[in-house]
Amino acid sequence: MSHKLLQIDHEKCTGCRLCELVCAVRHHGVSNPTKSRIRVIKWEGEGVYVPMACQQCQDAPCQKACPSKAIARDEALGAVAVDYDKCIGCRTCVSVCPFGAMHFVPAERKVIKCDLCEGEPQCARFCEVHAVSYVESGDVGVGKGRAAARRLLEADRSAAELLAGR
Amino acid sequence: MPLSRKIGYVNLTTGDISVQPIPLEMRRRFLGGRGLDAYLLYNHVPQGADPLGPDNVLLISGGLLTATCASATARTHVMAKSALTGLLGSANMGGFFAPELAWAGFHHLVIKGKASKPVYLYVHDGRIEIRDASRVWGKTTTEAQAAIREELGDDEVKSLVCGPAGEKLVRFANVMTGIKNAAGRTGMGCIMGSKNLKAVAARGTMDIRIAHPVEALEHNKRFIEQITSSKVNQTQGTLGTPFIWGATNSWGGVRTRNFQYNQLEYADDVEPERIDEIATETMGPYHMTGCYACQVHCRAQYKIPSGPYKGKYDEGPEYTSQGAFAGEPDCRSAETVLVGNHLVDQYGVDNLEIGSLISWAMELYELGILTKEQTGGLDLRFGNDEALLEMIHRICRRDGWLANALADGGVAASEAIGKNSFDYLIQVKGMSNLHSDERATPGLALNIATASRGSDHLRSRPAIDLYHLPEPVLRKIYGSPVPYDGPLSSEHTEYIGKPWQVFWQENCYMAVDCLGICKYHTVFLGATHPNFEDWPTVIRLNTGLEFTPREIWDVAERANMMERLFNLREGLTRRDARKGDTLNHRYFDEPCRRGAPGVVGLKIDRERFDKMVDEFYVHKGLDADGVPKPETLARLGLDHEPSRVV
Repeated sequence: MSHKLLQIDHEKCTGCRLCELVCAVRHHGVSNPTKSRIRVIKWEGEGVYVPMACQQCQDAPCQKACPSKAIARDEALGAVAVDYDKCIGCRTCVSVCPFGAMHFVPAERKVIKCDLCEGEPQCARFCEVHAVSYVESGDVGVGKGRAAARRLLEADRSAAELLAGR
Repeated sequence: MPLSRKIGYVNLTTGDISVQPIPLEMRRRFLGGRGLDAYLLYNHVPQGADPLGPDNVLLISGGLLTATCASATARTHVMAKSALTGLLGSANMGGFFAPELAWAGFHHLVIKGKASKPVYLYVHDGRIEIRDASRVWGKTTTEAQAAIREELGDDEVKSLVCGPAGEKLVRFANVMTGIKNAAGRTGMGCIMGSKNLKAVAARGTMDIRIAHPVEALEHNKRFIEQITSSKVNQTQGTLGTPFIWGATNSWGGVRTRNFQYNQLEYADDVEPERIDEIATETMGPYHMTGCYACQVHCRAQYKIPSGPYKGKYDEGPEYTSQGAFAGEPDCRSAETVLVGNHLVDQYGVDNLEIGSLISWAMELYELGILTKEQTGGLDLRFGNDEALLEMIHRICRRDGWLANALADGGVAASEAIGKNSFDYLIQVKGMSNLHSDERATPGLALNIATASRGSDHLRSRPAIDLYHLPEPVLRKIYGSPVPYDGPLSSEHTEYIGKPWQVFWQENCYMAVDCLGICKYHTVFLGATHPNFEDWPTVIRLNTGLEFTPREIWDVAERANMMERLFNLREGLTRRDARKGDTLNHRYFDEPCRRGAPGVVGLKIDRERFDKMVDEFYVHKGLDADGVPKPETLARLGLDHEPSRVV
């Protein structure tokens, strides 16, 4: 079954962190980046910004590692979801997530992760530069492939020009 | 709630720290940000205080809407008695500091006294610590921020810092955060240096509860669409502020050769498109970056493409760096602009002021008022890129007689240089002008002459005057929230109606500075952007507070008057060439020599300018000397200041 996913193109990210704001407001009614499910990781001195969020892994380490079986796939949405009635707050999922996309909120004593906002992720909706977008899972690589093809093409052309001595 | 944010009082002499709430009454009177800072400044700085002494007070703030769903609430305000002018010191910057300060529980910091050795403040979840800065002192702005993160072991810490120029007490050193965000004007970094305060570091995890989150999100979405759908912001998001410099240069509205000319010729290498080309070549096609939660992303990233600084990363350059390192000194190399921009960012110094002063020195040198001996052997003529960059280093290090004199600011330097050097200093209230030429635009000339922090475009500039909007459109904008049925003119060379426009813009810009919003999100460059009529909704949805457009206007008028009261107390008089609401004589005596046909030959008419000031004073409720009438103070509730509520 095909689902939509967050596609992150960090090259386009301006580093503004609006995604963090709208995520926390949507889920908690507050502005607080430590309550956002998406986080922009920055290397300011290099001008590099990378939004990190849950990849909704098919074989999710958090789901596998959870000792109370509180993490399961929401089949309708294609998201990996936490059942807070079962969650014991052990943070094992935080340790095993290879993307650092599972977060523990001390004040609320629970973990949080991207739930795709029930099919209308606010981060993607507000990101005007499309660094975060919500696309069909099968289409995630399409745009990247096209961009890579363009780069190859241009490299090829300049190599040809070089050979021709222009 | 934004309303739960506190004021932190720090005394660096005694080490005393206290945290106080902000009474609702003060929110209703001043909103927050620059407005409440103006109140705190008037109430906490004793009359006649030495700007560099322990009695001066450094104020750091976010606005009422900082880090809420209000489109672009990144702005940090910094205020003190100015190290440069001795009048109001006030500067505003974007970046990510103010939101972090708000998440750490604070909207305002009031920093008094002087530390006995270098320190920095660490503000974290409701607490303020004074920490030893011996490992941070001496570092450049970016090195200092990195060192604090390393020391605190937290990459999410945001700091505002002074650089080596602030430590050296350069009177126009700035306060900086991130790579290039600068509270650049009036020498706020010098105040930090004078207090042995290297930095204020903030890190917060405290909720800012949004009053009506669902509606606030939806409103924010529409707000953002309004902002990003405008052509001017789309261009800003592609070319940044260099586009304004390029556009202004094309018709002859920038200063060249210290105001001798009003257009830089043969400027191809420093045009916005060329700067954009370099950014693309060095940082790729997506090289624009932005401040907190803003979708305009008007700041370019670049690496210096060639020369001894090749490969150094920086951001910008903005209009001011093009003016400072190309237009004014008559240099025409992108590399010089990008290197100059990088140096001022690292030293932490106002690009605008340093560029103006070097260009002033260049004219004095060419006139023979300054000798080669006085310039320390530098051939300080216009168009000498190497001499320009060398002077940046020397001023920031106070290296040599001339550099040391210039580091004290233009007015003080004119006394050291002597002769008729002051006549050539393009300043108002002791602060150099933006690198724009207002001889063709009387409304803009009135703006810089009367701006509260000295010659400045961000206090009251009716920039949309240049768009020649039809009069009914001007009436729609300038006719609310206070009715105005006086004259208005679509013609930018006119004098009529301009005092009202400047008065309206002064209140508009004060309001955004109180709210913590960027000026690109109000009627500055975009005529259709949000203003008084739009802000009540965004305030209500985010804070729960009810304001009418008129009440926001009243807050702005009150806060502007507070700044005026401070300036009057510290020596402003209407016609004082160094501290008054006046312009350099060149505005009246020397006509524009370049530019569009309608611009060549224009200068400001002294008599009509004087009438504009008179009329502006009437709008503000001042007498003919520029002093508020008792009934004006009573109307604004300022007849019992200082009232010391906070």
